[in-house]
Amino acid sequence: MGIFLQLVFTGLGVGSIYALVALGFVLIYRATNVVNFAQGDFAMVGAFAMVVLTIDFGLPYWVGIVLTILVLPLFGAAFNRAVYFPLRNRGYLPVIISTLGASIFLENGMLAAYGPRPQMLPPIFATQGFTLGPVFLDSQYLVILATTVAMVAAQYVFFERTLIGKKLQATSQDKEMASLLGIPVARMIMITFIYSATLGGLAGILIAPIIFVSVGMGSAIALKAFAASIIGGFGDVRGAIVGGLALGVIETLGAAYVSVPFKDGFAFLVLFCFLLARPQGLFGERIAEKA
Amino acid sequence: MTARLLAAAAAPARRPAWLSPAAVTLAAAGLIAAAALPLLPMRAYLVSLLMQASTYAIAVLGLTVCLGYAGQINLAQAAFFGMGAYAVGLGTASFGLPFWLALAIGVAVAAFLGMALGLASLRVGGHYLAMVTISFQTIFSLVLINWVAFTHGPDGVPNIARPTWLGRPFDDGQYLSLSILALAAVGLFVLVLPNTRLGRAMRALRDNELAAGVVGVDTYRTKVTAFALSSLLGGLGGGLFAGGFSYVSPDQFTFGESVVFLTMALLGGVGSPFGAMLGTALLILLPEWLRFLKAIYLAVYGAAVILIMVFMPDGIWGFVAAQRRRWWRAAPPAGAVAPLPLVHQAPRDAGRTVLAVEDLAKHFGGLKALDGVSFLVRANDVHALIGPNGSGKTTLLNMLSGLYRPTRGRIVLDGRNLAGLHPHRRAGLGLGRTFQNIRLFGAMTVLENVTVGAERPNNAIADGEGGLARHALAALDFVGLADRAGAQCGSLSYGHQRLVEVARTLAGNPTLILLDEPGAGLNHGEKAELVALLKRLKGHGLTILIIDHDMSLVEQVADRITVLDFGRRIADGLPGEVLRHPDVIAAYLGEGHAAS
Repeated sequence: MGIFLQLVFTGLGVGSIYALVALGFVLIYRATNVVNFAQGDFAMVGAFAMVVLTIDFGLPYWVGIVLTILVLPLFGAAFNRAVYFPLRNRGYLPVIISTLGASIFLENGMLAAYGPRPQMLPPIFATQGFTLGPVFLDSQYLVILATTVAMVAAQYVFFERTLIGKKLQATSQDKEMASLLGIPVARMIMITFIYSATLGGLAGILIAPIIFVSVGMGSAIALKAFAASIIGGFGDVRGAIVGGLALGVIETLGAAYVSVPFKDGFAFLVLFCFLLARPQGLFGERIAEKA
Repeated sequence: MTARLLAAAAAPARRPAWLSPAAVTLAAAGLIAAAALPLLPMRAYLVSLLMQASTYAIAVLGLTVCLGYAGQINLAQAAFFGMGAYAVGLGTASFGLPFWLALAIGVAVAAFLGMALGLASLRVGGHYLAMVTISFQTIFSLVLINWVAFTHGPDGVPNIARPTWLGRPFDDGQYLSLSILALAAVGLFVLVLPNTRLGRAMRALRDNELAAGVVGVDTYRTKVTAFALSSLLGGLGGGLFAGGFSYVSPDQFTFGESVVFLTMALLGGVGSPFGAMLGTALLILLPEWLRFLKAIYLAVYGAAVILIMVFMPDGIWGFVAAQRRRWWRAAPPAGAVAPLPLVHQAPRDAGRTVLAVEDLAKHFGGLKALDGVSFLVRANDVHALIGPNGSGKTTLLNMLSGLYRPTRGRIVLDGRNLAGLHPHRRAGLGLGRTFQNIRLFGAMTVLENVTVGAERPNNAIADGEGGLARHALAALDFVGLADRAGAQCGSLSYGHQRLVEVARTLAGNPTLILLDEPGAGLNHGEKAELVALLKRLKGHGLTILIIDHDMSLVEQVADRITVLDFGRRIADGLPGEVLRHPDVIAAYLGEGHAAS
């Protein structure tokens, strides 16, 4: 029982990483109706920025975080300008392919620049964690869980309670109508990419101490995060979180009780089951086009 | 009239697609290359490059079908390629099967898994497919590496056999000929495909999935077929690849390789098999010329993908083809056009009910867009459905077409309850429709658009491809656009595009035509033509349900009018009565229409 509870906690920790990355997906999806296949690489860029600043340049950890958070918005803006903006009027397929190209470019560019050797970032807190009954609570996972909860709360307030959040929602629902109402659509989408890149980069910094910093770190997580958001119901914030946590637990239990080498396969197995039985996910995406 | 018919009968039959100049050139080039290349003195290295290029190109042609024709992304082509390769590898090396049997198994497994994957994921939007195929690719790689007992794990499979000829296995030259012949055959198939019924259905759904369904294309089935075909070609290419190189390992079939396949297809151009071959050849040869890129070649591919999408969305071949079209216009179809044989010509038993709408309701959450509406449409009537904005007209039409599921109520067409039928099934029962915001298949010609309409299920048209084209041309002639048959839809004026939609519907010999605001956006002269066209349609015995705001148009053509307001029927009857009805005047007064 103790082991089982421990596995569930670890699973929730892993799942909260998926949930955090899935939130970034959902944001851009809601603004542009397109899935950003380089979302995971935002995390990779954030983590590598930390490696460069704190290990290569030897800056203190907190200075590194502040600088990274300052750099990420610029990266998000550049990404939007180069990868999304030129294709914004051409349907979803060209944009999907373009973000995929960006993902390949970022990962292999980083590989050429930095080599395949994984880097290690120190944990945010020196303490390892503490024990609660039979379960050891790793402090890094607790930080991730707390950040995810805080981000969800912030995102909710931002979208539902602020004018700019409402403008973003209007943009995502009907770009033409939004621009007729005087909402600067291009700028709204730019803001979404900036925020999403920052969020993704932050996720990268948080998970770096757990999984090492490597060029492929982001896309592996992003794939799971995407599966999580389909399971939860695509485009739905609650779905992203519930799906992410559930996937983390399933995966951890599967690895412990079924097979370690196929750990990464469980997520996709669950995904296929959902696609067959309930493609709209737990919370249901609206899948309808108007004639 | 007789002279016209005779002229049409005497006009030369259209040349079959497999005899077009492009197809003949491709076949000849394939045969010559297969016969001549093995005789040339070539370094072994060059032979292996050619072998790689020809087998890769077969898999890339799969992407032409799936991505180029049907508009469905496939990021697992390396996995299907790997399935074929491992089937031949394990089949011949581990199980001692003959090459051909192992190849057949590989092709079958790839096609079957592609179909299963498509069945699971193609019901929902395209981004799902992208991610599902990446997931599938990931699982495939995991299995290759970890199921050591079966796949030999990371070590790969050595000693793969080739087919034998006179008791000896094929040498490199013979095997190269085999690969090139296979490539030429697949290339021909992919070249002819777009001009077949299946190919037109794929392109229609790529250009406008919703309209394709309403016109009669079984979009789900077509997508799954395209995806399965693509996987099949992936498996075939992979199987031939394994025989050529006698050794396969998991790192040859990773996600990275899927991206390479995709880049090949996009660079060359996904619209044509020549694009696929060109892109493959370039990306196999380029790394040889650009050796200095080795370390960053995938990064360069990634950047290239973005640049191609932005600057050359149709790839190199698409660019070339566009230049050619600019200077070398296709001639319009020659010869006279036979009149359209409309199936419902006689106003048979006038008064018969064609469409019965009973207590139909649609609630969106708390909003009652339509709340219990009933009316009958009788044979050979022009029945108008009018009402202020937001009264539920388009919602009703969308339920008739099967785009929305009613909350309550029944729709009966010609005695048949339409409940739960997909749009293409309704088209198959003779329900035609045009759209308020025009939905044509933009990248297809005018004639092809109309041909897709003629190909609806259960449409009784005689004698195959030629009869189909004549029928489509006759429908175009009916709306006065036969001379624009070869034009791209995008080049037509707004009014003409509307007429193409009408022709597309007519070609399907509909029992009932739904016209969603056909007068919207038309100028005065075009509206007069529309009135004349509607009267001609009625004169040919057709039954029409029309939605429009333009009262003068409705007054001129309608036999009966049903008026909706706030989702309810407020009047139904002959135009004279209905338009004087106090509720109708009140409903329209609010909108200021009563002044006219």
